[in-house]
Amino acid sequence: MLYAILCYNFEDAIGAWTLAEDALVMARLGLVEAGLAAADRLGAVARLLPTTAAVTLRKGRSDGSREHLVIDGPFAETKEQLLGFYVVECGNLDAAIDVARDLAVANPDRGAYEIRPLAVYRPGDLTETRALIKGIGA
Amino acid sequence: MTIANIDAAWIDAALTAARPQAVAALLRYFRDLDTAEEAFQDACLRALKAWPKNGPPRDPTAWLILVGRNAALDGVRKQSKSAPLPPEELISDLEDAEAALVDRLDGEHYRDDVLRLLFICCHPDLPATQQVAVALRIVSGLSVRQIARAFLVGESAMEQRITRAKARIGAADVPFGAPNAEERAQRLTAVAAMIYLVFNEGYSAGGQEILTRGSLCDEAIRLARLLLRLFPSEPEIMGLTALLLLQHARAPARFDAEGAVVLLEDQDRSLWNGRMIAEGLALIDKAVRHRRPGPYLVQAAIAAEHDRAERAEDTSWARIDLLYGDLEQLAPSPVVTLNRAVAVSKVAGPEAALAMIEPLAPKLSGYFHFFGLRGGLLLQLGRREEARVAFDQAIALANTAPEAAHIRLHLDRLMREGAGG
Repeated sequence: MLYAILCYNFEDAIGAWTLAEDALVMARLGLVEAGLAAADRLGAVARLLPTTAAVTLRKGRSDGSREHLVIDGPFAETKEQLLGFYVVECGNLDAAIDVARDLAVANPDRGAYEIRPLAVYRPGDLTETRALIKGIGA
Repeated sequence: MTIANIDAAWIDAALTAARPQAVAALLRYFRDLDTAEEAFQDACLRALKAWPKNGPPRDPTAWLILVGRNAALDGVRKQSKSAPLPPEELISDLEDAEAALVDRLDGEHYRDDVLRLLFICCHPDLPATQQVAVALRIVSGLSVRQIARAFLVGESAMEQRITRAKARIGAADVPFGAPNAEERAQRLTAVAAMIYLVFNEGYSAGGQEILTRGSLCDEAIRLARLLLRLFPSEPEIMGLTALLLLQHARAPARFDAEGAVVLLEDQDRSLWNGRMIAEGLALIDKAVRHRRPGPYLVQAAIAAEHDRAERAEDTSWARIDLLYGDLEQLAPSPVVTLNRAVAVSKVAGPEAALAMIEPLAPKLSGYFHFFGLRGGLLLQLGRREEARVAFDQAIALANTAPEAAHIRLHLDRLMREGAGG
């Protein structure tokens, strides 16, 4: 079974770290990651940019139209739960919003897509686990 | 977060981050800067004792506001010998008391508190350096010593300056009502300018000063982020934040080991902070979608052109020239034209750039960069004697030792080549 570990913390406090403090935490996390990677248990690792860099595409039309509402900020309703995420390569924000529109057309029922740029992305290599998942899918 | 992993750095960051919001709310309550500051200090001391023991509260800012308010009221009550308020250890459990406040933390009311606090610091009666000093003291909570070091003056001189500025603010008629939309727009502009000043104060430092003054840049970025969180749909605040991030990202490469200036084209780009650049570019991307470009956003876009180029020769000077053209329209100034001339020299050659800056001479006769650029352009055109005169003038006007040293480098080269040829 793969587990996603989602990182939550007070953004204000994290944002007030100095570069040195930030680097220290990242170095400590790096040690944990290295241990997991050595055991072939580490998948993708991503660090999101601050919420101020986010926009949200709110789904509101089930008629297959691409005219969904795009608003600033990560304003998903607190009732909505994080169900998953995509990592997509896009040239700019508009291209990323376009991908979200495609997703909204494919799944128009309620909810929203938050589009948040990544600061760090390490793809990871779960060779064995990947084979396992493919096996389940087949 | 559990009690076990709440460490000193986290508490420190949480207190720093909460400061503007908490002091602003306490200021609205007590209507006196000194009382608000003391109440916040008091709350911080109590947090240092209570948080490691009880774990961090649900909302650190709300906790600090409540405890600070109670502490200050407690002081008043002790003097009048009435019953004390409940101890702060209980406050995290008083869900109802905190909840009402937390709800409001996202509201407009609260946003206006912070804007008012920032605006008070950039009071138009105060000269720019005092605005910056007061903001660093009250909003950022830097010590007088830290601020004095950043401004390269003595501690007692800075203490006096801040006291005088605060007295002036106290004497002025400070409007405590919620600002309307128009006032808010005016204040936002003033506050953005003040944050930009804080950044420039740190950015213009060089050599040995950079360690202390670099933190002013970090502080400006923190304030810009705070403002952006309060006004998440203002493209100019996105632009300002992006501008500061994109400039500061190059800080590790701007000076060599001896503290001398390293020109943009000579900088080791692998030293640039990639995460800051990514964040800055993302903010520009977002701001551009509003189709309302302002001066900060255009400046950020110019900085982005440099940051995007993997090597100096990949820089798109044509696009930078166009962006400076936009900036000349939005915020015309001789300095903007001077900067545009750098792009013009790359696109159309030194002659065109020289023709562009000559008319600026009367307005920029006291400006270091004018003579630095003029000397550089004249040198490219082989007008060596004129170049030497311009470089001499630039050295006389240099603000910092690294600036002067950099021009002297040009002069030395000129002299050597002169002697050789």
